[in-house]
Amino acid sequence: MGEIILTMKGIDKSFPGVHALDRVDFEVRKGEVHALMGENGAGKSTLMKVLTGIYSKDAGTIIYEGKEVDFANPREAQQAGVVIVHQELNMMGHLTVAQNIFIGREPRKGFVIDDGAMNKEARKLFVQLGIEIDPKETMSNLTVAKQQMCEIAKAISHEAKVIIFDEPTAALTDTEIEQLFAIIRDLRSRDYGIVYISHRMDEIKLITDRVSVMRDGQYIGTLITEDCTKEDIINMMVGRVIYEEPKTHSHCPPDAPVVLKVEHLNAGKMVQDVSFELRQGEILGFAGLVGAGRTETARALFGADPKQSGDIYIDGNKVDITSPKDAVEKGISYLSEDRKRYGIVLKKSIVENSTLATLKEYTSGLFINKPEEEKVTTQYVETLQTKTPSIHQLVINLSGGNQQKVVIAKWLVNDSRIMIFDEPTRGIDVGAKQEIYELMNQLAREGKSIIMISSDMTEILRMSDRILVMCEGKKTGELDIAEATQEKIMNLATRDIDMQEGKK
Amino acid sequence: MEAKLAGRRSASSFVRSDVFQRLVILAAVVLVYLVFFAASPSFRKYTTVVQICSNMYYLLLMAIGVTFPLITGGNDLSMGTGLICYSLVGSFLIRINGWSIWPAMLVTVLMGVAIGTVNGLIVAKLELPPFIVTLSAMMFCRGMGSVLTNNFSGTWPDGAETGAWFRSIFKIVLRTESGRTPVPLGIVWMVLLVIIMEFVLKHTRVGRYAIAIGSNKEALKLSGVSVVRWHVLAYIISGFFTGLAAIAYAATFSNITPGQGAGYELNAIGSAIIGGTAMTGGSGSIVGTFLGVLLISVLQAGLPFIGLNADWQLLITGCILLGAVTVDMMRHSKRA
Repeated sequence: MGEIILTMKGIDKSFPGVHALDRVDFEVRKGEVHALMGENGAGKSTLMKVLTGIYSKDAGTIIYEGKEVDFANPREAQQAGVVIVHQELNMMGHLTVAQNIFIGREPRKGFVIDDGAMNKEARKLFVQLGIEIDPKETMSNLTVAKQQMCEIAKAISHEAKVIIFDEPTAALTDTEIEQLFAIIRDLRSRDYGIVYISHRMDEIKLITDRVSVMRDGQYIGTLITEDCTKEDIINMMVGRVIYEEPKTHSHCPPDAPVVLKVEHLNAGKMVQDVSFELRQGEILGFAGLVGAGRTETARALFGADPKQSGDIYIDGNKVDITSPKDAVEKGISYLSEDRKRYGIVLKKSIVENSTLATLKEYTSGLFINKPEEEKVTTQYVETLQTKTPSIHQLVINLSGGNQQKVVIAKWLVNDSRIMIFDEPTRGIDVGAKQEIYELMNQLAREGKSIIMISSDMTEILRMSDRILVMCEGKKTGELDIAEATQEKIMNLATRDIDMQEGKK
Repeated sequence: MEAKLAGRRSASSFVRSDVFQRLVILAAVVLVYLVFFAASPSFRKYTTVVQICSNMYYLLLMAIGVTFPLITGGNDLSMGTGLICYSLVGSFLIRINGWSIWPAMLVTVLMGVAIGTVNGLIVAKLELPPFIVTLSAMMFCRGMGSVLTNNFSGTWPDGAETGAWFRSIFKIVLRTESGRTPVPLGIVWMVLLVIIMEFVLKHTRVGRYAIAIGSNKEALKLSGVSVVRWHVLAYIISGFFTGLAAIAYAATFSNITPGQGAGYELNAIGSAIIGGTAMTGGSGSIVGTFLGVLLISVLQAGLPFIGLNADWQLLITGCILLGAVTVDMMRHSKRA
């Protein structure tokens, strides 16, 4: 760690009705990776937005390279060398890689943009970073990981001195994360000051030098990563202790009736001959790498994608599911990994979302029975402990965890017996995660059967009674929780790949 | 194995490329032309080519213009009634106020620029939906054309009148031994304009930022680009070209009737979309737009020759538009 490059002191910021930042202190040194942690809504992003001039601060000082600064907009911050690699990638998919990197400062000859020079510069940047990306490739053709690397290249090309990573690994696979970490370590060794925002505890331990924690808009404290435990950090974040213990045995009795049986399901390349059973009150974890075909299996089962062949039995009776409507009628629900796209209508209220799938039941004649609708919504808001000022609140104003609860409520209202949770805690902070876990356990205890697709190994080991592992569209194994370990799951999750590598 | 894979990939990426799409439309234009050519002897005449050209100019100019707002993810519905309004005012200045042709043409174009600027400022600064903004402008122009000229049915200089020369920008008549031969000179300017504007779209900041706005406006803003300026500029271009279209319209048709023009913009927008411009913004090309206009113009000209009237032309254009959008969507969804 080198000298201090950036100090934020007593930063205060209020929005109408919210005191978002309450005299927050934060500093970054050259050549360090400094984690900024806190639950969603703790104020991390707001703090970084104040730093980079997206928001203006109400009070406090920012000292950067020994001088007091107050960036009026992102452009000024960029020019001074403070850049954000955003969580939601800020890419223009229709433009090429190089065009994206140099947007707003294209080299020109008179009126004409010099794309040749731009491509050359971009290529240099990639060589410097040790990554292989064609500058002329259209951005939307790249994987998320590569798009992110382009953002990093863009940051470096700004001659940045402080780079802020806002949840950079949210959409990356393990190999891609390793690649990203290699780049971050390289940047650190070249004396960049790096701010790293993430919810993933393992990553924090792996990549950061110091951790600063925020809670409810306040600065709580800073720890040296090496000297602290996960629990220390979590305690600071939530102010209470959370146990992340894996399940040791199945909570589902072995003689519980089989609710769902899937035999030889085939749907395209991503689902090949998948068979499994699901018992009443069981949580069946679907493990595997990103792209192993888990979501595809769920979607084919749910009738959202067409299947070529395969039989589905519910309570021992063969059923025909060709559309999500069929599945819903049979008591199956699917909670998508992409809540915002498939699970929820953001600009509608909690009430409207809760009864979305069952509106028919709350309709008498032409009209919707509002009181009844509100009654059932209130009931679920209470049982799920959804944090909201009113059931008429628009869903867009809720935190990720509470949005997820609204989705769950929607399906509970619908009396689902088989619930498919696809990455149920993605983008949700630690405290809310805990609540979602408890909720899933409670649902299982009440006799609902749950399929949980998750790329988070800790989550799989913590929640599942049984684990089904997939790799490249095939089921590669099934483990009881009592015998499951990270290593065993990883082995199965990469089995097919290894076999193919062997063949070559 | 590697090579085979690479080969397959490049073949499929060619199918998805914009070049391929333009070739398809070009093939469609040629095919449609050949069908008419085979079906009707009178279609084969040189005068048909001249007629196709003359009827195409104003449509093409509007289509080039609207491609820019479309690429930003916006729209411009005010072109059709705007065109009539501007050229009515031009005619009014010549006939009633006794202006000569040059300043009249200048004012005609400037009115387009003015309306475009207003549209652009409202869309970019106040962030109102382009559909609503330009729909209002469409009604506004329709009314303004009639109000300003007191419902005057306009004409621009023709025949032996002074200033009638402006028509020869688009069509000159050569006297040869066999008589008088009209030459569609306008097509030369059009091709030039298409090349210039394609270059502007692909190689200058106006175009680059229009694409960026349509692709991800927030990202562009965060990159430190003053988005409003470039966003307004897209609408100014659209207005400017509507102004040019107003002159082309005046040069082609003898009478300009107040209250007309609604619907012309839809032809222009349709052409741009057939040419591969996405309504969702972010992609499109002027060459594509040109080909779209050609297709619609050849259809428009040819159908009467095989005994189908204007209603049929609309019906068929509708089908082609839907087909083009469907194909485009399928092409892009395969990418995912």
